[in-house]
Amino acid sequence: MVKAFINGMGIISPQQTWGDESFLNAVQDYKSNALTCIEPDYTQWISQQQLRRMSRIIKMGTASAKMALAQASLEKPDGIITGTGFGCLEDTETFLSKITDLHEEALNPTPFMQSTHNTIGSQIALQVQCRGYNQTYTQSAFSLEQSLLDALMVLTENPNQNILTGGVDELTSTSHSIQSRFGKYREDVESTLALLEKPAKGTIAGEGASYFILSGKSTSSSLASVAGVDMYYQLDEAELTERIMFFLKENNLSPDDIDLLLVGKSGDDKNDRHFDYIISSHFAKSSIGAYKHLCGEYAVSSAFAMGLGAAILDKGNIPDGVLLKDEKRFPEKVLIFNSYFQDHHSLILLESCRATKS
Amino acid sequence: MNPTIHVVGAGVISSIGNSYDECFKALQNGEHGIRPLTSLDSIYKDILPVGEVNLTNEELAHHVGMDKPVTRTSLLGLYAAKEALHDAGINNFDRLRNGLISATTVGGMDRTEIFFPSYLKDKTSGHLSDVVHHGCGATTEVMARTLGIKHFISTINTACSSSVNAIMYGARLIQHGILDVVVAGGTDALTKFTINGFKSLMILDDDLCRPFDNDRKGLNLGEGAGFVVLVSDKVLKENNLISKAVVFGFANTNDAFHQTASSPEGRGSYDAMEQALNMAKLNPQAIDYINLHGTGTSNNDLSEGTAIKRLFHDKVPRLSSTKSFTGHTLGASGGIEAVFSIMALHHQCVFPNLRFQTPIDGLDIVPQRAFEKLPLTHVMSNSLGFGGNCSSIIFSKNLKR
Amino acid sequence: MADLKVQIIDALNLKHLKPEDIGDDQPLFMDGLGLDSIDALELIVLLQQKHNTKIANAQEGSKIFMSVRSIADYITANQKN
Repeated sequence: MVKAFINGMGIISPQQTWGDESFLNAVQDYKSNALTCIEPDYTQWISQQQLRRMSRIIKMGTASAKMALAQASLEKPDGIITGTGFGCLEDTETFLSKITDLHEEALNPTPFMQSTHNTIGSQIALQVQCRGYNQTYTQSAFSLEQSLLDALMVLTENPNQNILTGGVDELTSTSHSIQSRFGKYREDVESTLALLEKPAKGTIAGEGASYFILSGKSTSSSLASVAGVDMYYQLDEAELTERIMFFLKENNLSPDDIDLLLVGKSGDDKNDRHFDYIISSHFAKSSIGAYKHLCGEYAVSSAFAMGLGAAILDKGNIPDGVLLKDEKRFPEKVLIFNSYFQDHHSLILLESCRATKS
Repeated sequence: MNPTIHVVGAGVISSIGNSYDECFKALQNGEHGIRPLTSLDSIYKDILPVGEVNLTNEELAHHVGMDKPVTRTSLLGLYAAKEALHDAGINNFDRLRNGLISATTVGGMDRTEIFFPSYLKDKTSGHLSDVVHHGCGATTEVMARTLGIKHFISTINTACSSSVNAIMYGARLIQHGILDVVVAGGTDALTKFTINGFKSLMILDDDLCRPFDNDRKGLNLGEGAGFVVLVSDKVLKENNLISKAVVFGFANTNDAFHQTASSPEGRGSYDAMEQALNMAKLNPQAIDYINLHGTGTSNNDLSEGTAIKRLFHDKVPRLSSTKSFTGHTLGASGGIEAVFSIMALHHQCVFPNLRFQTPIDGLDIVPQRAFEKLPLTHVMSNSLGFGGNCSSIIFSKNLKR
Repeated sequence: MADLKVQIIDALNLKHLKPEDIGDDQPLFMDGLGLDSIDALELIVLLQQKHNTKIANAQEGSKIFMSVRSIADYITANQKN
């Protein structure tokens, strides 16, 4: 499988991750268990005529895609692959409410039309007139990883292509209220930045839109490369450890080669428990960082992590507020290790491409 | 395509039958399954023609051995996937790198829409068990756990092209050496959400749909599931499996014209068919039969028909829309119609396009009027979705090369 | 017709426009205001919800929705009281 270069990215998140400031210039702290995005002025990329019909998730997805394309100096990609855990929730909720309120009479078509998960990827295709490969994965916390794997396969088949790949999920008050009833979130959050200091029951909800331009060819704008991705469903600690070691071996690496392990610790003690074992037993020499205290927990939070990892590898610098443990290693290899509500575990291996940048 | 991908198992459930053989008999006998809605508490009950599967959730659950309350979408998916796996007969299944690639557009909406009215009145009411499997991925997880597939799971949602995209992805995963055997396809249950959604778009026919007919008025919705089991040549030989068909070519493109309408010239579907032929290294004349997307809407049939004329010129092969039998099963349609395409190859026949009378003005396309036994080597199946997602796949007889 | 324009702006989320920006006889679709087939469906819903006027199918809409004036005329002629 080819290594894919990240030649551009657009990240919209609860942190300042877009615009002229450097990535994560000053981390934001929140007193809430529901983190929503810092959103840009969308009129930079989308006309009023088009904006009028777009729900928030579509705006976020389209804007982050356009940012990625701009950074890669491209008008349009050759293909678009999107991961979304829950798709267009706001439109789904609107249409469901209308069905009940209006007793199935005189229903507006717009929310229904926009409720399918592939609306994000297809609206982008429409905006930039991309008639190539267009796919949407919706496998919970594997959605972004499946998109990455697909992109790597496409690029192995056609290394010269530019594939727009990303993860988008939105937080609505309805989804938050329903998920809260499942006991997923911490109550009385005083500081999200302190989320991981004391594991307890529950995490914080988040959202975000992150798109990347991936290609088999590096350019002067290459930030990092994606060297591998893997997913593990419902494995116990021992099996998970074995599979992680196997993944590294397949990539000709040992745990000691990992300069920074970015872990998907969510603050929930049940979710975070197995990280500590794996870190202490195998990654004692790596610096350890985290990201969910910055972006919240959501199905495609690993897309945020990927943006963070790429920024770190590009600048050779880890922003304040990310590190849990500093082994003073210059970042050349970053391994993102995510876990989502104990049953979806994944790895994304990112490498510096400074040596191979054209 | 190298390495060759074989279909070694197929399973299907729809309004025309609860098995591969039952569906074939119905297709052979011209017996459609579109009747007035019975199963949903809706103002359209007893009025709107739809293609409902003739089994209750309890009956489906009993058949698949499910004792927990799960969504109808997962039950339908399990039903068809189990038939496909049984058909494949892979004794070594658990020792191979196996994967489940499913597709759905409604996911757990059949239960979410039961929860929502209570929730709207009072945010603390409604049973959480009705929303725990709301996500599309959750449908696949329920299926995977029951089928004993843990190594690799994925879910695709590209509207009406979802399940054929799942089959393509499965084929590519085997070609790239990531998996040895893939169960791929899709499932969708009828819901008030989709019925009302399509009503609001004013593209439903209040009568039986008439795909590719000049007087067509719209589509009929349906439900069901269709799955195939895919393996490489190597796994076929090592496990003494029987090849039902070969995945010869495929393509996924985007029309990029409008969110719900297809371009008049059918550029997305044209590109998909042409690229599928290119991958298969076939000329258009090599296609013996096209299973159309053919929903019966004014827009789709004109667009798809125009694309077919542009590609095949005056050598348009036999073609028909089996949605005239099953209704439009949305996310499941690609999977169900893939199975029907494989059935056509297996039985060396083409299926009729029911209720066709007059060709679309300006197109001069006459679909297959009756069931007919014919030698077939290559069958193409089209699936075109909202959002411009266009896919085309070619299944072929396993020719020894 | 001023009220109708407000309703149209609201239904189609044309927040960047004011009623006075839409001429009584200005073409609404294609090159005029640039509305599309989904807007036509939304206008059908608007007529049903706010003016008790039903349009049976989308094809009928293309003649009725040519301009604000043609919509107003249709409502006057067909409103069910």
